[in-house]
Amino acid sequence: MGLEPAETGTTAVKLLASPAVRVGISISIATGLYGISFGALSVTSGLDFWQTMALSLLLFSGGSQFAFIGVVAGGGSGIAAMSAATLLGMRNGIYGMQLNALLHPTGWRKYVAAQVTIDESTATSSGQTDPDEQRRGFWTAGIGIYVLWNLFTAVGALAGSGLGDPKQWGLDGAAVAAFLALLWPRLKGREPAAIAVVCALATVVAVPFVPAGVPILIAAVVAALIGWFSHGRSDEGLEPDVDPYDEHHGRRDKSRDAHLDNQRDSHGDGHGRAGQAGA
Amino acid sequence: MSLWIWLLLACVLAYAWKLVGYFVPAKLLEDPRMSRIAGTMTIGLLASLTTVNTVASGQALAADARLGALAAAAIALAFRAPFLLVVVVGAGAAALLRLIGWN
Repeated sequence: MGLEPAETGTTAVKLLASPAVRVGISISIATGLYGISFGALSVTSGLDFWQTMALSLLLFSGGSQFAFIGVVAGGGSGIAAMSAATLLGMRNGIYGMQLNALLHPTGWRKYVAAQVTIDESTATSSGQTDPDEQRRGFWTAGIGIYVLWNLFTAVGALAGSGLGDPKQWGLDGAAVAAFLALLWPRLKGREPAAIAVVCALATVVAVPFVPAGVPILIAAVVAALIGWFSHGRSDEGLEPDVDPYDEHHGRRDKSRDAHLDNQRDSHGDGHGRAGQAGA
Repeated sequence: MSLWIWLLLACVLAYAWKLVGYFVPAKLLEDPRMSRIAGTMTIGLLASLTTVNTVASGQALAADARLGALAAAAIALAFRAPFLLVVVVGAGAAALLRLIGWN
């Protein structure tokens, strides 16, 4: 940037005073840390170290990464793993549209922004109201999570490969817990819970009849049909795994919630996000 | 080797989804159906992945220690435990149940 050292110092101080930057840093640490569990589960699912790192470096979307290794661990084919990961990545396209409208990145920044467009960076950005803060929040969370997520994936993968029999350590139970933890924040209200139950049942019914991995795709079709024909909130299920604004500093930011509620249309139940306003 | 191909294809498609959002006209954002499907599909896929990892054993259904992991994780989540702790609790429950003989 061509700043003098003294100026860089004050810029850093100013940046740390930004609420969006602080939220971005704390969400980076919270999200980055659970890259350990991804790394460990990935190598015990049968992927090698570099396949695991390729998912974190290139695919970079927690849910899709867990989906890929979850299908492989269950004996599913590569194509089923790819399909599940890709379907789960659709929401990032929606986030991209929101962020493009919010931040208007230009040139090469668009291509970098796309790679770090995930649940948490979108939530950190759209939780702010000032355009500069939205920009800072997005980049801090996006780049912060990218760096830490990859670092901790490597740590987890190295630790996981030395574990021996994964079942003895309950690592299959860890995978169950990880998927439930990814699902949990999205179950706000009765309709998402109903969708989850219907898709879980469809899965159980399908398992004995189709090859491993396919029941997950059947559930995706069921969920898409529900989405097509029903008329609930348009941002249902689009919550981050770790909510940047949910009690990270010991209490909820009431003024922000109030602001969001004002911006949103009437069918929300208080859990949507600002980027969806006017939908 | 073929797993590498599907893995890299998944990476390309994931980036394609992300990038598409930055290049489609903002008008599409006004159609709530797209984002609704993205949302319900996210819920459905995660519910299905949870189920498969809990009760599927290849093409058979099985009730084993993983059910205990699911219950323990649910309790941890109800107490608002952070992600990593939930995962550790799930692993601990499955390992413990196996130790006392329930596979």
